[in-house]
Amino acid sequence: MAVADAGRMSSSRDLWYNNPTIRSIVAQIVLVVLVVGTVAWLANNTVTNLHERGIASGFAFLGQRAGFDMVTFLPTNSESTYGFMLLAGLLDTIVVSALAIVIATIFGLIVGIARLSSNWLIRTIATLYVEILRNIPPLLVILFWYLAVIAALPNIRDAIQIGPLSLSNRGFFMPKPIFGDNFIETAIGFVVALAVAWGFRRWARARQMATGKILPVGSISLGIIVVITGIIFVATGDPLTFEMPVKNRFNVSGGWDLPPEFATMFLALGVYTASFIAEIVRSGIMAVSHGQTEAARALGLRNGPVLRLVVMPQALRVIIPPLASEYLNITKNSSLALAVGFADLVAVGNNVLNPTGQSIEVVAIWMAFYLGLSVVISVAMNWFNARIALTER
Amino acid sequence: MSDIQSQTDVFFVRREMAQAEPPPMRVHGIIPWMRTNLFSSPTNTVLTIVGAVIAWMVIVPFVQWSLINAVWDAPTRDACAANTGGACWAFVKANLGQFIYGRYPDPERWRVNTFFVLLAAGIIPMAIPSVPFKRFNLLYVFILFPIVAGVLLYGGVLGLPLVETAVWGGLFLTLVVSYVGMALSLPFGIILALGRRSNMPAVRVVCVFFIELCRGVPLITVLFMAGILLPLFFPTGVSFDKLLRALLGVALFASAYMAEVIRGGLQAVPKGQYEGAKALGLGYWAMTRLIVLPQAIKIVIPGIVNTFIGLFKDTSLVYIISIFELLSTVRNSFTNPEWATSTTPASGLLFAAVVFWIFCFGMSQYSQFIERRLNTGHRR
Repeated sequence: MAVADAGRMSSSRDLWYNNPTIRSIVAQIVLVVLVVGTVAWLANNTVTNLHERGIASGFAFLGQRAGFDMVTFLPTNSESTYGFMLLAGLLDTIVVSALAIVIATIFGLIVGIARLSSNWLIRTIATLYVEILRNIPPLLVILFWYLAVIAALPNIRDAIQIGPLSLSNRGFFMPKPIFGDNFIETAIGFVVALAVAWGFRRWARARQMATGKILPVGSISLGIIVVITGIIFVATGDPLTFEMPVKNRFNVSGGWDLPPEFATMFLALGVYTASFIAEIVRSGIMAVSHGQTEAARALGLRNGPVLRLVVMPQALRVIIPPLASEYLNITKNSSLALAVGFADLVAVGNNVLNPTGQSIEVVAIWMAFYLGLSVVISVAMNWFNARIALTER
Repeated sequence: MSDIQSQTDVFFVRREMAQAEPPPMRVHGIIPWMRTNLFSSPTNTVLTIVGAVIAWMVIVPFVQWSLINAVWDAPTRDACAANTGGACWAFVKANLGQFIYGRYPDPERWRVNTFFVLLAAGIIPMAIPSVPFKRFNLLYVFILFPIVAGVLLYGGVLGLPLVETAVWGGLFLTLVVSYVGMALSLPFGIILALGRRSNMPAVRVVCVFFIELCRGVPLITVLFMAGILLPLFFPTGVSFDKLLRALLGVALFASAYMAEVIRGGLQAVPKGQYEGAKALGLGYWAMTRLIVLPQAIKIVIPGIVNTFIGLFKDTSLVYIISIFELLSTVRNSFTNPEWATSTTPASGLLFAAVVFWIFCFGMSQYSQFIERRLNTGHRR
């Protein structure tokens, strides 16, 4: 004991600078001082630089008149303020990402399942699609849609006409619905019908649990919704009319138009990201053990129900987390809109920071938006993930 | 006897051969293959027909446009302008030098070619697992090659004329940006990943903050910061080369993603390995360097290569701060009046797509090869 103690006494470990706790505290202090010092130095430089260039910092510029206009979903004009322009850009980012997410999910699901098809041709087409799209930059896909596909469409005079829809290099034009005064009743009727259908579903589920009898829930719910909404729509006197797009010599006025830049963005992002989602779906399905499929077949389920009731619910657990990050990627990739001039948050911000010189504020707005969105999507996905997670005993 | 005779009368003795059964269905050859893979059920038959129609509708026009009707060789744009139904490869041919070297001066292009050779000499032996001298190879790839390549390309010393980075461009610049991004993101990523798993709260907070900040925003905003804000952050008079700023932005962005990949590897190393290393009396750095990292990195090589692929694709975004890598060089040449026709953009973009695709597909195949190679232990 005494010998061991003596050995310990003379150990180099007892020197204060070899003590792990002290070392760790010192290292952390050094790091914090370095980080804070660097940030302070940079901030100080920035303040000096801004002062020299005569740029006032702060967000006061948001209230000033912008003096430029871009095609956005919100009604902007050259009298709009910088703040309103940025808001319009933000809305555009959200709209284009949301549409691209819908397209990419549907398309990715189809391609992902097709990659596992027993049909050689379908499988090969899906594999080619994924391997080609995954290995080229998203910017190239966007430029390809914009410069090679949409620009190659006929001009407005020989636009492709399908009924009231017309497709040309000026974009996609369709009739614009005009809601009459009593359309609100139809809308309320629709909501009521949804509620009724939902109630019916619950009742049918309870009945199936109690008696084992299965009702065709899907078609009956659809019937309820269509009938109730339709009756109210007709009863209130057809409150919906359409404004047709009118073709002039050089342009189309009226109607609803989908500008080519917008179409480019959501088609390109959708098609590109679908290739990633397809891989996620495929790996998710592969992760479900084959015994599950075999057991489901032994119970007498056919191909469709096996996929829908047995494989997919289990595959979703694997699919959801990477799917969430793919959705985030779509949102982040929508910033490539700058390349084709679609007025998203980054493109508008670029137009704002050039005349005002408020680059720090604009970059801060961008970062705040994208970081906020990341946080929201991660929180939502964690919640969803926790809900569908495997409950083990 | 008669008794037996009467009994044998009811017996039946077959006198001729039974009718031969039809041969079993063939299981080899084209027709059986088609039966099982294309027409196994009515649904599959319908799918096959739909697939065939889609493939026909895509492949035939594509082959016609890109091969049959294409203009392969023409001195000027006239032949392309007259031919609207086919690709204009003459345009790509005429601008190929620009696509590869950017505006790098003609007499100095041998330096870029040497760079390509030196790059291949470092990467190819590195990628083949059986080639020895990996340690020396690493030294070459991470230290010797960057210095030599930097001197060679930028010049200004050893009698090499100085070539401003402003005239760098094309495929060569794409390779420079992605190489620097890859070479820097790996060590940065390792440091960040170790920091994120550190016991020291201050280190952890700083690393988590940096990683999540970079991963939460698009690369474009990071490049904007590097391009526009960085000059504001430093005292007047201190100015960085624009390419250097872009490289810094790309490398920092990629290292955040790399850190997450490597963290996955660190988490996959069993706890017993850490404990064993500590029981041997190794300190933190010795344990990390000798025990943990070799195992962790080996596990995540496919993930690292995937990050490299993402980085390679992302280099196309540096055009934001007007650096002309391959894609933006190609795009710029569309407006060149000497070659501007209606088919030029599609031809140029297809060319760029093929180049990007070859690199990325090559890397992804390599990552799958490594995955198969490493997957020996738990193959089912």
